[in-house]
Amino acid sequence: MSIVIVDHLVKRYGDFEAVKGISFQVDKGEVFGFLGPNGAGKSTTIKILCTLLTMTSGKALLNGFDVNREPLKVRQSIGLVFQDYSLDDRLTAEENLYFHGMLYNVPRALLKERMEQVLAMVELTERRKDLVRNFSGGMKRRLEIARGLLHHPQVLFLDEPTIGLDPQTRNAIWEHVLRLRDELGITVFMTTHYMEEAEHCDRIAIIDHGEIVALDAPKALKEDIGGDMVTVTTTNNPQLAEEIRQRYGIPVIEDGTVLRMEVEDGASFVPRLAVDFTGMITSVSVHEPTLDDVFLKTTGRAIRDELLDEKERFRQRRLGRRRGR
Amino acid sequence: MLESVLKTIYVIWYRELIRFFREKSQWAGMIMQPTLYLTFVGTGIASAMTFRQAPGGAPVNYLTFIYPGIIGMSVLFTSMFSGISIIWDREFGFLKEILVAPVPRWAISVGKALGIGTIVSLQGMILLILSPLAGLSLTLWTGLKVLPICALVGFAIGLLGISIAGRMESMQGFQLISNFLTMPMFFLSGAMFPLHSAPQWLQVLMVIDPLTYGVDALRNAIYAGIPEAQAMLQHSIAYDLSIVSLFAIVTAATGMTAFNRQG
Repeated sequence: MSIVIVDHLVKRYGDFEAVKGISFQVDKGEVFGFLGPNGAGKSTTIKILCTLLTMTSGKALLNGFDVNREPLKVRQSIGLVFQDYSLDDRLTAEENLYFHGMLYNVPRALLKERMEQVLAMVELTERRKDLVRNFSGGMKRRLEIARGLLHHPQVLFLDEPTIGLDPQTRNAIWEHVLRLRDELGITVFMTTHYMEEAEHCDRIAIIDHGEIVALDAPKALKEDIGGDMVTVTTTNNPQLAEEIRQRYGIPVIEDGTVLRMEVEDGASFVPRLAVDFTGMITSVSVHEPTLDDVFLKTTGRAIRDELLDEKERFRQRRLGRRRGR
Repeated sequence: MLESVLKTIYVIWYRELIRFFREKSQWAGMIMQPTLYLTFVGTGIASAMTFRQAPGGAPVNYLTFIYPGIIGMSVLFTSMFSGISIIWDREFGFLKEILVAPVPRWAISVGKALGIGTIVSLQGMILLILSPLAGLSLTLWTGLKVLPICALVGFAIGLLGISIAGRMESMQGFQLISNFLTMPMFFLSGAMFPLHSAPQWLQVLMVIDPLTYGVDALRNAIYAGIPEAQAMLQHSIAYDLSIVSLFAIVTAATGMTAFNRQG
């Protein structure tokens, strides 16, 4: 059963088409990931599904409600964790939850019980009376996830939920998200930049320039690549890239300081390569395809570059804020 | 639907109050500014000029005259600048939490304006302790009349602040526009000088200033039982409050749509 149905969704800003008629469906109870570089249309799509932005054309149903026609019902059906923090840091954890519960019309008798539940779930029970301004980034994120669940939404949207967090916190947040799916059967719709996180998703859609370029389970996407990935460093990348292409008839991608290529059987290819280009190759590694490789293949870019941009942007924003912008 | 709207209005109002009570510096500023105006500006002007008094030569002290105006001023400034919290909320992301909630957006504006009205009516009450400085001794009954007047004026101007802040991106922009509105509203309200002695062209502007009626309503309440001060009044309290209510309807129309177009 599909809980999110998107049909030829288009968003245009003047002449620029940010989302170019994408269609997909998300099943109830699955963890669905949106993967793609900045400006690919991920956040735009999420904002449209959350009724924060209107679409130019197309159709989208969420929990059976039309995003255009029944925005209040759609909003009641979803929980949201935004890329930027959206807590009131002058209120306590509990007050933030209370505020949310009232806005979402959680019955008074249930509200207290639910607040305790979600606080326990994200392990913030002991800090419930503390002001949010004294929380760490990871605690804020956890509180936001708790808040997003307070009204028992059908779909939880997580827009870059782990950005700017350390690896331990990221893992902890993932544990929570997966447990939610298992225990409450909630559908999780998320965007991420981190490949290892995308691995947790049941299915991922890779989106680039406003179009979905691949959509499947991570395992299937990797299997699509077929063979093994070979990464080579050489004394002269451009020259060797050309020669390898001609000699073996395979595509070679120049990715920063390395050359990447996809071959059917790494174990037999590497010795041939070493013999054919003796003295020009400084290192070789063979690995099974990762989502990085899938991304590289479908978009022609490495996601690491995007990741760096993102970190930089995040850092600058925080600096700007500290200056009291 | 109704339940959800009432809950929204309540919880937005509640948050406004929590935030206000936690910010101790706001309290200080709220009391300091009017005290300074009354003691320094009021006393200074009173002694620099002979106050030509009310028609019929009623013996009213200048400080007695400006005292209700100073309360009106505090209400005006506090309620207008409360709108800035919307820009803070936008900056710190909390506004998104409110905007994606399954509630009609006008209820958000109403809750906020009610919060502002509550805060300024408390402020008005507190400023009554300055009354001895103005040579007035007030009764509890006066205080109870000042409360709803401040609340109504605060609600109306609060909505004006919200309608500006809801449509502004930057702090500076908001400050510029709200100053541009509050300053003339204050100067022309009859808070500092009486309408009847002003030149004709100034009187015209004063008559169209909505705050004129708020200040006059406060004078009505505060001068009750002081026969010689009655000459300073322009209208009945009922007339004043009707005009302020009309003004509130106008600002509500703009304030309630402040969030409609955004995401």
